[in-house]
Amino acid sequence: MAKIIVDGVEYEANPDNNLLQECLSQGLDLPYFCWHPCMGSVGACRQCAVKQYKDADDDKGMVVMACMTPASDGSIISISDEQAKLMRERVIESLMINHPHDCPVCEEGGECHLQDMTVMSGHNYRRYDKKKRTHNNQYLGPFISHEMNRCIACYRCVRYYDDYAGGTDLAAQASHHHVYFGRHEEGVLESEFSGNLVEVCPTGVFTDKVFSEHYSRKWDLQTAPSVCTGCAVGCNTTPGERYGQLRRVVNRYNSEVNGYFLCDRGRFGFGYVNSEERLKEPAVTVNGRAESLPVGQAAEVIAQFTGEGVIGIGSPRASNEANYALRRLVGAENFYSGVADAENACNHLMLELAQDSAFCNPGIKDIEKADAILVLGEDITNTAPRVALALRQAVRNKAKSLAAANNIPAWQDAAVRELAQYDLSPLSIVSSYATRLDDIAADKYIDSLSGQVAMGCAIANKLSAQAPAAAGTDSIDAALAGKIAEQLSQAENPLIIVGSSNGNVGLVQAAANIARALHEKRQAPTALCTLMPEVNSMGLTMMTNEGQSLGAALTKISNSVATKAIVLENDLYRRASRAQVDSAFAKLESSLVLDVLPTDTTAKAHYVFPVTTFSEQESTFVNYEGRVQLSYQVHRNHSAAQPAWRWLSDASVVQINDLVADCAGDLQQFAQLPEVLPDTAQFVGGMKIPRQSHRYSGRTAMKANLNVHEPKQAVDDQSVLAFSMEGISTQKNASVLGAAWSPGWNSNQSISKFQEEVNGELKQGDTGILLIKRVANSGAYFTDVSANRRAVGDGLALSPAFQIFGSDELSAKTKAIRERMTSAYISISPQDAQTLSLQQGDQVSLNGNGAIASVCIRSQMKPGTAALYPGDNDINPHELEETVQLQSAGNKAGGTGIKGLIVSDFYEEGY
Amino acid sequence: MLKLIQDTLISQVVTLWTVFRHLFVKTDTVEYPDEQPYMFPRWRGRIILSRDPDGEERCVACNLCAVACPVDCIALQKAEKDDGRWYPEFFRINFSRCIMCGFCEEACPTHAIQLTPDFEMAEYKRQDMVWEKQDLLIDGTGKYHDYNFYRVAGMSIKDKDKGEALNEAKPIDVRSLMP
Repeated sequence: MAKIIVDGVEYEANPDNNLLQECLSQGLDLPYFCWHPCMGSVGACRQCAVKQYKDADDDKGMVVMACMTPASDGSIISISDEQAKLMRERVIESLMINHPHDCPVCEEGGECHLQDMTVMSGHNYRRYDKKKRTHNNQYLGPFISHEMNRCIACYRCVRYYDDYAGGTDLAAQASHHHVYFGRHEEGVLESEFSGNLVEVCPTGVFTDKVFSEHYSRKWDLQTAPSVCTGCAVGCNTTPGERYGQLRRVVNRYNSEVNGYFLCDRGRFGFGYVNSEERLKEPAVTVNGRAESLPVGQAAEVIAQFTGEGVIGIGSPRASNEANYALRRLVGAENFYSGVADAENACNHLMLELAQDSAFCNPGIKDIEKADAILVLGEDITNTAPRVALALRQAVRNKAKSLAAANNIPAWQDAAVRELAQYDLSPLSIVSSYATRLDDIAADKYIDSLSGQVAMGCAIANKLSAQAPAAAGTDSIDAALAGKIAEQLSQAENPLIIVGSSNGNVGLVQAAANIARALHEKRQAPTALCTLMPEVNSMGLTMMTNEGQSLGAALTKISNSVATKAIVLENDLYRRASRAQVDSAFAKLESSLVLDVLPTDTTAKAHYVFPVTTFSEQESTFVNYEGRVQLSYQVHRNHSAAQPAWRWLSDASVVQINDLVADCAGDLQQFAQLPEVLPDTAQFVGGMKIPRQSHRYSGRTAMKANLNVHEPKQAVDDQSVLAFSMEGISTQKNASVLGAAWSPGWNSNQSISKFQEEVNGELKQGDTGILLIKRVANSGAYFTDVSANRRAVGDGLALSPAFQIFGSDELSAKTKAIRERMTSAYISISPQDAQTLSLQQGDQVSLNGNGAIASVCIRSQMKPGTAALYPGDNDINPHELEETVQLQSAGNKAGGTGIKGLIVSDFYEEGY
Repeated sequence: MLKLIQDTLISQVVTLWTVFRHLFVKTDTVEYPDEQPYMFPRWRGRIILSRDPDGEERCVACNLCAVACPVDCIALQKAEKDDGRWYPEFFRINFSRCIMCGFCEEACPTHAIQLTPDFEMAEYKRQDMVWEKQDLLIDGTGKYHDYNFYRVAGMSIKDKDKGEALNEAKPIDVRSLMP
């Protein structure tokens, strides 16, 4: 620790950081633009000028940029010095010379870092009377609006988009005051993390297009801390509601999980909440027609589903409370996970690994610390996108170690990049097709699923002779396996990533063998990141036994052991073959389906009950690490929809707190669950925390058209938050921080005021609770790694493919996401395309059974393999075998085809 | 004794004299409503929404009036025309809450919302004091005749492209190497 003196006051500081960061960590106000807590300093904007003195006798001092000056021991600086203040004011005056008179019609207004910094610097009157330079804008896709006039050329956008997120299609163009940030030509921003530009840009150049369609100022949004339900990472979000509609989702800082950034699925995939198609009232099917059912009769319906022959099918996209309520209603032995058998087996195996002390399941922050990574079979960018962004930081650890060796501080961003050039920590990707991370991968190996398992086994065997050398008969590149094993064994923090999206147990077993071998070498827990596909896959897995898969439930129904079924927030047609589900429904005497939106499953049900979405209920979710997080209710649902747990519980359960307590008592795994609920004793006088900001407007007019007599504010009897402006603001308690705001800091940059230190934990922060205890090291290798899904007979070995926009069921119902989705496609190699005489974009039928997909010829596909993306359930992958035969379907054009598909190895010739 | 006379009797006489004198003074009472008082132009009464000199709605739905309003009696929603021009989809003032403070007018960056010298807003039903955009929007420019926000702002709209606003240079050709 160093001591620095700022304006005569002594502070403890970290000498490894720069002065700007340390001043902000101390809660001091110092304006800045180009510096970002995650991206270090480049000293481009000259805004953070302070006066630095050589020693106590120096009364002149000199003006330095705080972001480019280390916080070395004994530094004496002054923020309030007149010369420094004048410099900051003049710098912002020059930055504002070309800034247009747009604030009233700018989406950033009211949460604009430039507005805040201008006020903070004291510039208030325009003296420059010459002409403003202007720019033409570009169309950047359905997510982001572009308004280049507003640019102050801080370079944050390209530093984020290119340097941090690895994008290739946004760049600085032209020079001097002509500098322009955009694409080489108009078009969709390709990065899966483009939405963060909205938060990274200090002004309104990049704004949220989806939000703008139903725009409200930040202060008018009713917000609450929430958790993204797009995948199993569990990023923290702040959704905002106005006039009964969910308006937008922004990032909510969590030092352990998502930090400052979200993926575009999480940020833009919430529109289904406002969908007109939402189920609004309980319905009963009478003579094949759905009729509405009075809410009062719901309890009678539920009462029919008790006793003998009733089973409950849970859901990985439903909360712990909903799943637990169903499990309790039907009995633990009659509760099924509702996940396809193959994936269910993987999930349970991964849960088992999560309890083994030989491994640790790293969070995003720990992933960023890895210095050699192997991704085994998982297309991370499309199944757990935030992890892919973390990997892009992890490969830069090589650069950081080089910098440290050369005495360059890590925050000197430009210098560190210049030093390392393209020298990256080794990342090896074993996959079915070229992934979006290939540009940073040192080694790639593309093969069928059985080939990938064989590769995994070969790597494990190179590390430890105890691990089986091969599974099946696939021949692999032994030299490559040796190289990857060598890289992993030499690393300080090796990381193995595997997942269950492929539904292949062999991959998980192989990954576990590699991690175990590394554990034996290192004698320290090895990071084994086991990714699950959906938001609460882990919670559901912890609630069920391995045998309680969907297949087991359907068998029980077809054997007439079960005659009644409750299906919780689950479209079974996405998880089993159509014939299987159809025959199950035909056998059932009675069925009750609870869901958010109508699905094929709700169409088959006798009773359908509407349930609330993530933003309309308080709930807990367990992410892939076993981290349970609480997501608060943001707004109320005005239809008859209720949280599923409320439909499924008796009247004695009034809050989720009751269920959480019961769940913790009932299930050993969930013993710590109640700790995630806020301790009400910490709130002054039992006062609630307002969901609405102190500037919330229109209270006495927004409903006056209906009745001029204002209704009483709705009372929230569920949580510590209030549906009003009243209570103790989050300024005092960041554990329930919705929208970050601090005096003088209206933008999201105000988050530094809530952090213990910059990039640190939030004050009184809540990062979730890791539920899974690592009991003991089993020490056993998987000796019989199963290599199912082997290519047999004719046809191409089939593996599943995923898309960030489309593979998630609910976000795929969102308009902006739909614009980025493609219909079902099948990737094949150019050689196979030639043999089958297929062209890019041709329609093919799979096995001649009527399922139609577009052909996507990819130059890096291994001949003899194919990867199928089933679209938004256009094709049911559970109806396909392990190999697939393609026949041209004649119709050359149809659907949206593969237009807009972004892959790195799109085969161009002959297209 | 003298003090008692001074405190009571003189005061009574003066009062009587003042009242008597007023019999001959010209009356101040105005026979409202037959006779209308003169209202100064900047008097803060009924709120209107004005149009710009081109006849388009001035309000850009920036929400600043709503946030400035101390009684929160203004509610509106932003919408956008095809050419990018912002306007309020609805604009509602609950006059039964309004205290005519004029903060909304001060906050308005486009001179759209203005207070007028009209004070005759009494209604029999309180619900009738909720005014929507069609009730508020007038056809003229109100007190400020010349100001046209979109001619100053940098955003392009129909018939005003980038670089055509007040004090703006032509858009940059990013592929040019000229200084």
